[in-house]
Amino acid sequence: MSLVLVEHADGVATDVSLQALALAIGLGGETHALLIGPGGAEAAQGIPAAVAHVAEHEALGEFAPDAWAAIICSLADRIGAAAIVAPGSGHATDSMARAAVRLGEPLAANCTAVTPGDPLLLTRVRWGGSLLEEARLHAGRALLTVAPHAVAPVAPGRPGSIEPFTPDLAAADLVVRVRERVAPPAGGLALADAKVVVTGGRGVGSAEGFAVVEELAGLLGGAVGCSRAVTMSGWRPHTDQVGQTGNKIAPDIYIACGVSGATQHIAGCKGAKRILAVNTDPEAPIMSIADYAVVGDLHEVLPAISAELRKRRT
Amino acid sequence: MKVLVCVKRVPMTGGRIVLTGDEQAIETKHLGFAISPHEECGVEAAVRLWEHHGGDTVVLTLGPADAEEQLRDAMAIGIARGIHLVTTGEEWDPEATAAAIVEAITADEAVSGPFDLIFFGNESADSGGFQVGLRVAHALRRPCATGLKSVTVDHGLARCEQETGGGRDVYELPLPAVVTVLEGLNLPRYPSVPGRMRAVRKPLETTTPERPASRLERARLVVPAGDARQAEVLGRGPDAATAVVDLLEQIGVAS
Repeated sequence: MSLVLVEHADGVATDVSLQALALAIGLGGETHALLIGPGGAEAAQGIPAAVAHVAEHEALGEFAPDAWAAIICSLADRIGAAAIVAPGSGHATDSMARAAVRLGEPLAANCTAVTPGDPLLLTRVRWGGSLLEEARLHAGRALLTVAPHAVAPVAPGRPGSIEPFTPDLAAADLVVRVRERVAPPAGGLALADAKVVVTGGRGVGSAEGFAVVEELAGLLGGAVGCSRAVTMSGWRPHTDQVGQTGNKIAPDIYIACGVSGATQHIAGCKGAKRILAVNTDPEAPIMSIADYAVVGDLHEVLPAISAELRKRRT
Repeated sequence: MKVLVCVKRVPMTGGRIVLTGDEQAIETKHLGFAISPHEECGVEAAVRLWEHHGGDTVVLTLGPADAEEQLRDAMAIGIARGIHLVTTGEEWDPEATAAAIVEAITADEAVSGPFDLIFFGNESADSGGFQVGLRVAHALRRPCATGLKSVTVDHGLARCEQETGGGRDVYELPLPAVVTVLEGLNLPRYPSVPGRMRAVRKPLETTTPERPASRLERARLVVPAGDARQAEVLGRGPDAATAVVDLLEQIGVAS
């Protein structure tokens, strides 16, 4: 039997949680769900599990990862779960790693596939998705997080039963908890939501060189992104960075200018519906990732595109 | 203050990942190496804390003999001394890595007292296990916050900021504590030539821990099948503008 940690927002399970549930179902046996915090009871109604356990406690209003880990461990023990599965989101991964060390078990993070057995066989993500690892998990209890958007989600459905419970929480498990929320540092249009992103890489040459990138992004109502080379040179803030250690985005179109296409950068933009590369080098690695290309100097090409856009609008 | 930063040596993979013939590792013979990006910011943070508060700073790695390069890089920007847990180059799984690090930390703290703050990268660029820092914190019985974009120390507390949704969640950890950080925490400085020269002479302690059996045991690595895409060339130079705007109009983003 598997226990799946289901995250939820506004009374609805998150997509990545429904993906994790799908992978857990693939392990065979009964699936139970665990929902923690306000809104859990409402979200539980859409979880097609044998039992949806809903943890409610006045101290669970804000995220507290050690408390979540304690709840995961005690429920897993109580129901005799052989596997504990969670989405590979920030909070869930944090809670699962803490649960793993408490249970004395390994944690396999960002799995894309599992084959039940002893040992469990799994495939997991390395290098932000640019590489996969097939591995054997030698554990008394399998703890897995599921790589986001690698597995199709289950459709919402009603659980066999919903069981609210009030966990015992130790003060020590509430030391690490969210105390307040603050605004993020100022930035342009959120990269995560933009339908159009125009990114500049090392080929832009300088902070000032980004003027042509900003101009085009502005005309298209899009956001400006940059590569890690740009951030490390101090030309743009890290909040603009697209890549494995920056933002991972999925715009309708990603226009990559003067970007060579390192695997760690592609890890951030491969979700884009279309990629247009502008580069002087027709052999640059980005050319085998992109859908469309312009071979040329972005300092000439981008102003020409901007001029053509303006021309057609008059 | 006494501050520790734990780092991992990772290859700089470039445009394509190529595996060794036995599919057990990335072929690295033509690749350079660096400190994994998230903890590179941890090194910078540790140096800034020392600039502000004085005290002792240590950089630690579990890695092959060549990983000394990364320790000297950290020392070149200001870390005072290093601890190298030398391996044969085989990968250690997260549990084994954490256990070896805990042993080294405990030994160092027995000599010169506890680390006020220990920095880890949230996850390494290569294996992405997301757990070593948390395992070490648990063993040391210290509070830990993860995925941090800001860490400031004031009056025995670490104020930590983590990005979620459209804002940042704030945690406050009483020291001694452990934090796992993300790139964007700060902009790391480049080492200067004098810094590199000083680094060569800074103290480095080495041990050779024994690698236990892996409970998360690699069978093989696989490069995901690409689409074997060939980009459609819309044109060359500024003359391509017409074709590009045609495409943008077709997609519906041009107006």
